[in-house]
Amino acid sequence: MTELTVELRNVSKIYPARRSSGKDVVAVREVSLDIPSGEFFTLLGPSGCGKTTTLRLIAGFEQPTSGEVYLQGKAVSKIPTYKRPVNTVFQNYALFPHMTVAKNVGFGLTVKRVPKAERERRVMEALELVQLPDLANRKPSQLSGGQQQRVALARALVNRPTVLLLDEPLGALDLKLRKAMQLELKQLQERLGITFVYVTHDQEEALTMSDRIAVMNYGEALQVGDPMTLYEKPANSFVADFIGESNFVRGTVKQVDDDEAQIAIGRKVIAVRLEEERPSPNQNVLLTIRPEKLWLSEPDEQADGLPGVVEEVVYIGTSTRYIVALEAGDEIVVRLQNRPGTKMAGLGRGAPVKVSWRFEDARIIEADGRGEELVIG
Amino acid sequence: MEKQNRLAVLLGPPGLYLLILFLLPLGIMAVFSFRAGTIGDARFIYTLDNYREFLTKTSFHRLLLISARIALTIASLSVILAYPLAYYLTFRAGSRRVILLTMLIVPTWTSYLLRIFAWKLILGSTGLLNTFLLWIGAIEQANPILLYSRNAVVITLLYVWVPFVALPIFAALERIDPSLLEAAADLGSRPWETFLRITLPLSLPGVMAGFFFALIPTLGEYVTPLLVGGGQGAMYGNLIQDQFVRALNWPMGSVMSLAMLVLAIPLLFLFTKAGGSDLVEF
Ligand SMILES: Nc1ncnc2c1ncn2[C@@H]1O[C@H](COP(=O)(O)OP(=O)(O)OP(=O)(O)O)[C@@H](O)[C@H]1O
Ligand SMILES: [Mg+2]
Repeated sequence: MTELTVELRNVSKIYPARRSSGKDVVAVREVSLDIPSGEFFTLLGPSGCGKTTTLRLIAGFEQPTSGEVYLQGKAVSKIPTYKRPVNTVFQNYALFPHMTVAKNVGFGLTVKRVPKAERERRVMEALELVQLPDLANRKPSQLSGGQQQRVALARALVNRPTVLLLDEPLGALDLKLRKAMQLELKQLQERLGITFVYVTHDQEEALTMSDRIAVMNYGEALQVGDPMTLYEKPANSFVADFIGESNFVRGTVKQVDDDEAQIAIGRKVIAVRLEEERPSPNQNVLLTIRPEKLWLSEPDEQADGLPGVVEEVVYIGTSTRYIVALEAGDEIVVRLQNRPGTKMAGLGRGAPVKVSWRFEDARIIEADGRGEELVIG
Repeated sequence: MEKQNRLAVLLGPPGLYLLILFLLPLGIMAVFSFRAGTIGDARFIYTLDNYREFLTKTSFHRLLLISARIALTIASLSVILAYPLAYYLTFRAGSRRVILLTMLIVPTWTSYLLRIFAWKLILGSTGLLNTFLLWIGAIEQANPILLYSRNAVVITLLYVWVPFVALPIFAALERIDPSLLEAAADLGSRPWETFLRITLPLSLPGVMAGFFFALIPTLGEYVTPLLVGGGQGAMYGNLIQDQFVRALNWPMGSVMSLAMLVLAIPLLFLFTKAGGSDLVEF
């Protein structure tokens, strides 16, 4: 199972400027990925970060400017799209408007000269797989968005590809259908054992479906890891912010010991556990803490925790969000579960509080070398 | 009510225009076709003789069929020549597309007659083509068949029609979503097969439009045959013209015109069907 199906080695894609005055667009920048066979791998990132371009490089619609794509261990830069063992589910589905659903789904088999009887059997199988066996004779224009999406999926799966590329396949569906399809796609992928390379800009979707995720921004793959690692140990502030919600607090290193550092935040000094990042004294650092890992209590000068004032209270059903202005300057979001007996339930705007967390829940994610101000975000 | 009024306002002027300048003359022509003569008292005698005469004159039928065949040939060849042009403009021309499209259209801004006269200069026995062929030694003697023949008519009309036929094909190709072609390649289809299975069927409405665009007017064409066709290149349109102008036999000319209309109607019917999406199917 450790066999790699998709491999990207330092792949870059530069689109030349349209006009002589314009700038070249670096859509993908030195991306390296290893995707083992059978994995549900997701490219996650904001609009324009290069997700689609990365997929198009794997499918062969675009050639890398530099670097190399490998499929099943073979370099594919000289192999045209139609010979690659890869199929794509397009963002707009790209169903052939002049063909029936059955002809659409059978297209890949037709051009590969699969005999008619086998072709028809496999088309029906594929349509049953996506639960659309009754619509075989309809035209794409007579289908709903969700049905078109399923046809696009069947059209790709019927070819039994080694790798299935999916470009925001659920983007056009309403929330409820999207949730249902997420589950269905995930189950399908596990059952068929096909490698999925899935593109989305929805972090929740990525977290629920993926074995591993590559978080992209400005064409770079910033961090690759399983959902828990990305959530618990984001490598930088972008990942921390993009995956779930994060607080960022600036501080200055006072002292570095074996596995912890003393960080000055305002007039408080707080111990933070050290992982890969090893800051040196007097460095400015960024601490990240998830809102649900924080709690509020009465101000108390002696104990750990940061003093601040409640700025805003937002009730959101199962929990309440408190936005607290820290005395040290930054703003911090605290999310408390609404449970019976929660002491802070009546806390209102303007109330002085203390924000605390467990030692292991804060992480240093960025340290600059020169002791300059760090920019949040 | 509101909606109906607005429709009447929009459709009224063109409707009236068509009624007065198209349907009315057509009616007058139909009336003429039954008259015994063009002038004098014969005008007031109504008879079926003209039709009888037309039906017995095989030379008329032959020329009508020849003209239909020439029109079909010209329309088909125009499509065959225009398609690669349109294809290149749509998929390969890139940033030069606008310039090339303009270059395709610009010649049509000059007078139609002028362009046909230009072909006389090219095809004539001391024309450009003969001189060139003599010069490279491809022929021994100036070849007079080039001008004043059916071939000359076909060549000239092809030249006239190709840009016009290319436009609807270009428009149809332009409308094809490029991701469909990528999807086909993605599913294992070679470029040539993608063309046959996706591009061509999806561009058929444009092809049909272009085809009939050239076919129908060519069927009744008489100026070009007159100028470059000579006696040998005459078409049915010239025959009709003769009846009206030289023989002064308006009733016969009317019968012949109506006969052509009858031939064109099934073709037009095909055209409207092709315009819909019905034809775009396997
Ligand atoms: N054919 C092209 N020519 C020039 N620039 C392009 C081309 N295709 C994409 N780009 C640019 O490359 C960058 C990455 O585009 P890409 O489509 O890969 O983003 P994406 O992550 O898929 O975004 P989205 O979530 O909006 O689909 C963008 O800045 C885009 O404008
Ligand atoms: Mg995209």
